[in-house]
Amino acid sequence: MSETYNVLEKATNNNFSRKKFLQYAGVTTAATVAFGLVGCKKDSPVRVDDKVNLGSGDVGVLNYAYALEQLEAAFYIAVLNSAYGGMSSGEGLILEDLRKHEVAHRDWLKAALTSVAPNSVIPTLTFNFSAVNFSNRASVLATAKAFEDLGVSAYNGAGQLIQNTDYLVQAGKIVSVEARHAAAIRSMIASSNTSFAGDDIIDSKGLEMTRTPSQVLGIAQSFFNEQIDGSNLPVPN
Amino acid sequence: MSLISFLNQINDNEMDSESRDHFLGRKDALLKMTEFSKKLALAAIPLGVLSTFASPVKAQSTSQVIGVLNFALTLEHLENEYYKMGNSRSGLIPSGKDKDIFVQIAKHEQQHVDFLIDTITSLSGTPVAKPTFDFTVSGAFDPFNNYAQFLALSQAFEDTGVRAYKGQAPALKGNGPILTAALAIHSVEARHASEVRRLRGLKGWITQNNRGAGMPEATQAVYNGENQMVQLGVTVTSVTNVGADAVTEAWDEFLTMAEVNQIAGLFIVS
Repeated sequence: MSETYNVLEKATNNNFSRKKFLQYAGVTTAATVAFGLVGCKKDSPVRVDDKVNLGSGDVGVLNYAYALEQLEAAFYIAVLNSAYGGMSSGEGLILEDLRKHEVAHRDWLKAALTSVAPNSVIPTLTFNFSAVNFSNRASVLATAKAFEDLGVSAYNGAGQLIQNTDYLVQAGKIVSVEARHAAAIRSMIASSNTSFAGDDIIDSKGLEMTRTPSQVLGIAQSFFNEQIDGSNLPVPN
Repeated sequence: MSLISFLNQINDNEMDSESRDHFLGRKDALLKMTEFSKKLALAAIPLGVLSTFASPVKAQSTSQVIGVLNFALTLEHLENEYYKMGNSRSGLIPSGKDKDIFVQIAKHEQQHVDFLIDTITSLSGTPVAKPTFDFTVSGAFDPFNNYAQFLALSQAFEDTGVRAYKGQAPALKGNGPILTAALAIHSVEARHASEVRRLRGLKGWITQNNRGAGMPEATQAVYNGENQMVQLGVTVTSVTNVGADAVTEAWDEFLTMAEVNQIAGLFIVS
């Protein structure tokens, strides 16, 4: 499913790309139509003028992680609030665990940020999941896969931007759990027996894909109602 | 590689004074170590030498980075050898899904071995030679005739690998490209671990410090300390509604080089 990544890279901040996101993530035509309709609904106000600046330095990187964990947590909460038809008990247990883990990451990041930089914590963000058809298994799992793979690549890419050793260790403690998630979701989709660590995300040296914050935010932005500004984040040397 | 050549290739001038004193003391002790049996010395020395670099320090010299990479290479040799032997053992791994999974994992471990050798060489270091392994641990295990045991040791190796790379991130902090590469290997090991655990009927993540059903007691060291509830000084259960088990699942914990060497050392003859 390498198309997921190719198209994720091209995603931009508009509703069209939200729909394309899932089309390319392997959703069936019928599902595409269904979430296309969902995408036309606007029952919550989109705060188009809201901008959120992640800040700079290590606090910026923590805010970056906090934004991504908020996104993942909100997604799994939504998934379990309207479980797709035919969700097996095994799938439900995995998705429930993922919800708990991402909520724990989110709540902990907020607390940790509040203790080290109380005036620089980004607010609670709001999300636009109009591209996801929560009643469709393929749509939900394709989105979960995209988020988990994105999360791993984000933490992997952010490691070298972190100055504080304790924060680096924390990023390491979380990224491997995201990778465990990604493998589990990929196995649920089961596009092949080797997709848990597929050649689409692991190169010929056995290294997993990494992404810079600007690459990650370019992909994830369409799911945030707020405009996430990562321009002050550290950049790789 | 012999102990002497390994010790002699270290450029003492590249270390800060504290590390050098520590290292030289260790080197001296190792060089004088004549009373140990040959087997014990060979088993202990390569890993023991590497563990002198375990403490995370601010400025990493090239030789310290090489030490970490050789530590990683030793583990990758272990995994690579294990899967090579398992995959070539007829009748051990069921064909289809299981075999496909282990062929894919084996491919990555070989790639990691090759990548680490190339990287160490590019830093003008000397890659450690592949140790001689005994995956039966003198007959205690029979992983190449017993698939359940093969799976159990695979889980132990993968979960150890995740903790081992994680523990070395601070030691690579001064070298962005190498840190990033190590993280990019680390997450692949975590994917492997997740898959093997689920193949064994477990969750892909580690609850509390449980090694999981069917895991030999000898593997408990792989899971000790995984039940951390405090992260960066914050007791996680005090800031979230998520329960303690899930909190421990949501964070993987690191192992020090010495702890990993103790685990891996069980399987290393020389």
